[in-house]
Amino acid sequence: MSAVVQMINQPVNLTISPRLAKNVGRNIKERIIEFILMLAALSAVATTLSIVAILLYESLSFFKTVSIVDFFTDTQWTPLFEDAHYGILALVSGTLTTSAIALSVAIPIGTISAIYLSEFASHKTREIVKPLLELLVGVPTIVFGYFALLFLTPILQKFFPDLPGFNMLSAGIVMGIMIVPYIASLAEDAMRAVPMAMREGSYAMGATRFQTAIRVVTPAAISGIVAAYILGISRAVGETMVVAVAAGQQPIVSFNPMESAATITAYIVQVALGDLPHGSIGYQSIFAAGLVLMIMTLFFNVIGHMIRKKYREHY
Amino acid sequence: MTTQTDLTQTPISQATDSQAPAQASVLKNLDAVRAMIKRHKLNDYIFSVIGLLALMMALLTLLVLFGDLVIDGFTRFNLQFLSEFPSRRAANAGLLSAWVGSALVMLVTFLVAVPMGVAAGLYLEEYAPKNWFSDLIEINVTNLAGVPSIVYGLLALGLFVYILGLGQSILTAGLTLGLLILPIVIVSTRESIRAIPIAIREAAYAVGATKWQVVYDHVLKYSYGGILTGVIIGMARALGETAPIITIGALTFIAFLPPSPLTEVAPFINFEWLSSGFTVLPIQMFNWLSRPDHAFHINAAATGALIIIVTLLMNGTAIYLRYKIRKNIKW
Repeated sequence: MSAVVQMINQPVNLTISPRLAKNVGRNIKERIIEFILMLAALSAVATTLSIVAILLYESLSFFKTVSIVDFFTDTQWTPLFEDAHYGILALVSGTLTTSAIALSVAIPIGTISAIYLSEFASHKTREIVKPLLELLVGVPTIVFGYFALLFLTPILQKFFPDLPGFNMLSAGIVMGIMIVPYIASLAEDAMRAVPMAMREGSYAMGATRFQTAIRVVTPAAISGIVAAYILGISRAVGETMVVAVAAGQQPIVSFNPMESAATITAYIVQVALGDLPHGSIGYQSIFAAGLVLMIMTLFFNVIGHMIRKKYREHY
Repeated sequence: MTTQTDLTQTPISQATDSQAPAQASVLKNLDAVRAMIKRHKLNDYIFSVIGLLALMMALLTLLVLFGDLVIDGFTRFNLQFLSEFPSRRAANAGLLSAWVGSALVMLVTFLVAVPMGVAAGLYLEEYAPKNWFSDLIEINVTNLAGVPSIVYGLLALGLFVYILGLGQSILTAGLTLGLLILPIVIVSTRESIRAIPIAIREAAYAVGATKWQVVYDHVLKYSYGGILTGVIIGMARALGETAPIITIGALTFIAFLPPSPLTEVAPFINFEWLSSGFTVLPIQMFNWLSRPDHAFHINAAATGALIIIVTLLMNGTAIYLRYKIRKNIKW
């Protein structure tokens, strides 16, 4: 017994026992592997930190030239013109308008689809439809851009002859259709999490499916449903290709869906397409715009996840 | 038998005799109740029709979208379209540099995202102690999944293109998309690892396996299918991503191929292609789409149809795989 203790206490003698030596080797190898795996996990943190660092760094140089007050109060955004103005509101208004149109399409259709899927559809229908919704989520956004510009806009122009070729209405509607599956799927998850006993209680009182769905299941799952909406908003705000292709490039403060306007994301694409020299004010301006975008989406994501977490603890 | 019927009939006959007016009101109420039930049943029916329509609208869009692309781009579906470089004349323009570029970028993306994502997933599920540090990583992964893709483009432009000096190359694009799909791979890895019962690990430990032996020989092997599903979905997402690649300033008119990764002389592999300029399918589509000339829109439609087919096939495979795995594995 004491010999073993001695052996452990004397690392120099480890070579004496091949078996023990093997174990030490094993332990070192285990440690190294754990360390490598941890580095991989830390890459996620590193990515976040780099995003924040890059956005802040370039934005700080930007705000050395442009005053923050102008940035938030000016109503013109013309960084590439002779008479440069840097009023982010002109881009934010475009982002908010297209997102609002998208949500007014996605929230009703998404919610009704979710209620139908969760409370009305048969098991078989659900098994078929859910994967189809996932497929729809996987369709690349550039394809939806094509759809907005060359399919929906011509149709809308038949109803509104004054509608310009690039407009927020068409881009917003298509973006809405794009996030329907996302909202439907998240809202349905929330409804399915409502305990069966609550539905049974409602049915036992003689309620119909519709009454149960509207008065029992929906209120019980409301935080999850609201979280789905908020995550949907975040998606719409960050969406790029549909608006870059179909909404136009004019940064103006306008909430009129029949007009053409630029969003934050569309502006970044527009600048990236032209070859701006590194370090110029135009180059820095896309990072400032990106920072605003990042803060907006982060705000919605955090609220959305907080609400989701809260409802999860409930049941 | 007879006594029983008597017993049940007695109260009713009594009721008809002594409480006729009350019964009339009950009957009237009964009618009202029946009408109400009817109304509610109708509501039920109406809603199920509306619900089905709403659902169909989402699904039909996919069909209309695809049909529209196929009809518009029909004339360009031929092998020549895949073997020609982009051109100033729409009818001669092809996708050769775009699909080769996409394939090479995807290769880099795969090599970045899969080892890193799987390793991170393994760490978070199997190794990470329960403390603030692990929570921090978790919150990070969740938030990263919600960061708009164009922000990854800005990261790549600032960090990879200028600070690290990688230029507007295939390597930059692959790294960017790799980081973009990292959360998808991590989440799917974690989910499939979590499904493995603790007993499997305990059994392996009981026969003297080290942690890594347990993780590598058992946990990783059994969660293989689930991880693959996540990887395919992530790669499909990377294939269709346009915004981050535009943001790094990828050229849109590329009429050459990157140097081949495989060479005829030893060592048979070269890495020159990593620093080559490139274009990818969605960028080529965006390029054609943003031209005013309608002839190029036809090319864009054909490209869109191709992208949709490939991504749908990939996602479809992934969903099918997941379904099979769920059905087959019973612990």
